[in-house]
Amino acid sequence: MEPIIEIRGLCKDFRVGFWRKRVRVLHPLDLAVQSGEIFGYLGPNGAGKTTTLKLLTGLILPTAGSAKLLGHDLTEVVAKRQIGFLPEHPYFYDYLTGREFLDLCGRLFGLRAPLRRDRIARLLRLTELQTAADQQLRKYSKGMLQRLGLAQALINDPRLVILDEPMSGLDPLGRKAMRDIILQLKAEGRTVFFSSHILPDVEVLCDRVAILAAGRLRDVGRLADILKTPTEDIELMLQRVPDGLLTSLQALAHAPLLHQPDGVLVRLPDEARLDEALRAALAAGARVVSVVPQRQTLEDHFVREVQGATR
Amino acid sequence: MTIAAIAWNTFREAVRDRILYSILAFALLLIGASVVVAGLSIGQESRIVKDLGLASTTLFGTFIAIFLGITLVSKEIERRTIYLIIPKPVSRPGFLIGKYCGLVLTLTVTVGVMGVMVFLLAALVDGVVTPALLIAIGVDFVALMIVTAVALLFSTFSTPTLSAIFTVAIFVIGRLSGDLTVFADQFADQALNRAIWVTYLALPDLGRFQFGSRVVQGLPLAPADIGTTAAYGLAYTCFLLLLAIAIFQRRDFK
Repeated sequence: MEPIIEIRGLCKDFRVGFWRKRVRVLHPLDLAVQSGEIFGYLGPNGAGKTTTLKLLTGLILPTAGSAKLLGHDLTEVVAKRQIGFLPEHPYFYDYLTGREFLDLCGRLFGLRAPLRRDRIARLLRLTELQTAADQQLRKYSKGMLQRLGLAQALINDPRLVILDEPMSGLDPLGRKAMRDIILQLKAEGRTVFFSSHILPDVEVLCDRVAILAAGRLRDVGRLADILKTPTEDIELMLQRVPDGLLTSLQALAHAPLLHQPDGVLVRLPDEARLDEALRAALAAGARVVSVVPQRQTLEDHFVREVQGATR
Repeated sequence: MTIAAIAWNTFREAVRDRILYSILAFALLLIGASVVVAGLSIGQESRIVKDLGLASTTLFGTFIAIFLGITLVSKEIERRTIYLIIPKPVSRPGFLIGKYCGLVLTLTVTVGVMGVMVFLLAALVDGVVTPALLIAIGVDFVALMIVTAVALLFSTFSTPTLSAIFTVAIFVIGRLSGDLTVFADQFADQALNRAIWVTYLALPDLGRFQFGSRVVQGLPLAPADIGTTAAYGLAYTCFLLLLAIAIFQRRDFK
């Protein structure tokens, strides 16, 4: 099946300063996003995430490379017909009301008046903006504007939704609502491509992620594959540990033993050491409370990749 | 449909701005005052009402064209509202033409209101209607379309302040550029003569749109003259819009 987004060697240079020095902000990027997936595009500030999204949406022009959106070259206007886009900090025509703004967006997609009315009513309900629909946008709060931004991104019933930092600046309730909407979009069969640096949200939502650092793609794949590295650490919690056992446990552990109210925490580097520690503990009459393998989180992986890129 | 939607939104932005009403109110006041000034003259009432009325229409029409035109595109970029428009199925030329048409629509309404007032006041003072007045205002409106296109062109790559300076400069030069043809004839040197003519053709000749003085003096207007002037204005406007589109097509919205 043809990817819904297919990026080949896309790169971008900006000219900066008085001498118009050329600076490469996005190195040649190859990436494919499949239909129906939630794809997380991760990276620290300045990694090139927004640059990539602006290239895909025609706000900036590529220095080299190409990209196809739903099978169309990104330079074709028709490619945008089935795309919804929410920029990081959406700015609106503040003299319009929420309803007028959505109507304008519907017109730009060439939607007929009855369809526009239906879609606007549905989206106002989805984003809980019905009561503010006829207020001018200059009276909207930040959260309301973010929700209106999402509504305008869905006005054309898009197959592909591109969101730039959709959780940015939202309170916990707003973030939860945004997560629910993204999951609902996937359930409706849409593809969601979003950039973020809020990793817990990404971990919950995404089927696949790509990590970008310093303008270069560092890693891409399914979360389960990316994080499927050997366990980093195994934590063994013991009670009733005799003094003599402490010395042998310390010899097996790769970190100092921790004496906690529930018992002694032993951090072991691998399963072989765990077996040895368990045998020794049972032989000495200690009680095993828990054995918890510490798996790599997306945050651990992200930090490692980003630090690797900046070194 | 996209061009119409952008044009309508541009018009709506202008008419929801109180400054436009202040300018229009001031213009109408000045046109109305021409009757009072005319009352002070002896036998020149009609001429003064028409002269002052046409001058006010041109002056305030130009002011609105420049004032709104210089921020037409730069404001969209500065306020980042363009981030929600360009990702939609809107071509960049379509966006620019939509903005231009929106401002021309605003000018049509404002100049229309001023023109109708001048026409009615002239009819009131004269006792007879002068349709040629409306033709003069119509031809002058084509000149305003050129000024708007100049402002739009600068707005695609420059700040509002610089755009204002450049557009006013082009307007002033444009009003006087007709003299270049006379100036060129003073030189026997073919190369220099041609260079002056090229300069004349590159600049807008806004002086040729001034039909008002002929109307005020009661001279007839030749239909051919009106036609060629309007055609020149529309052609020059198209040239400026194409230039603006060529620049706008290459812009990055960072």
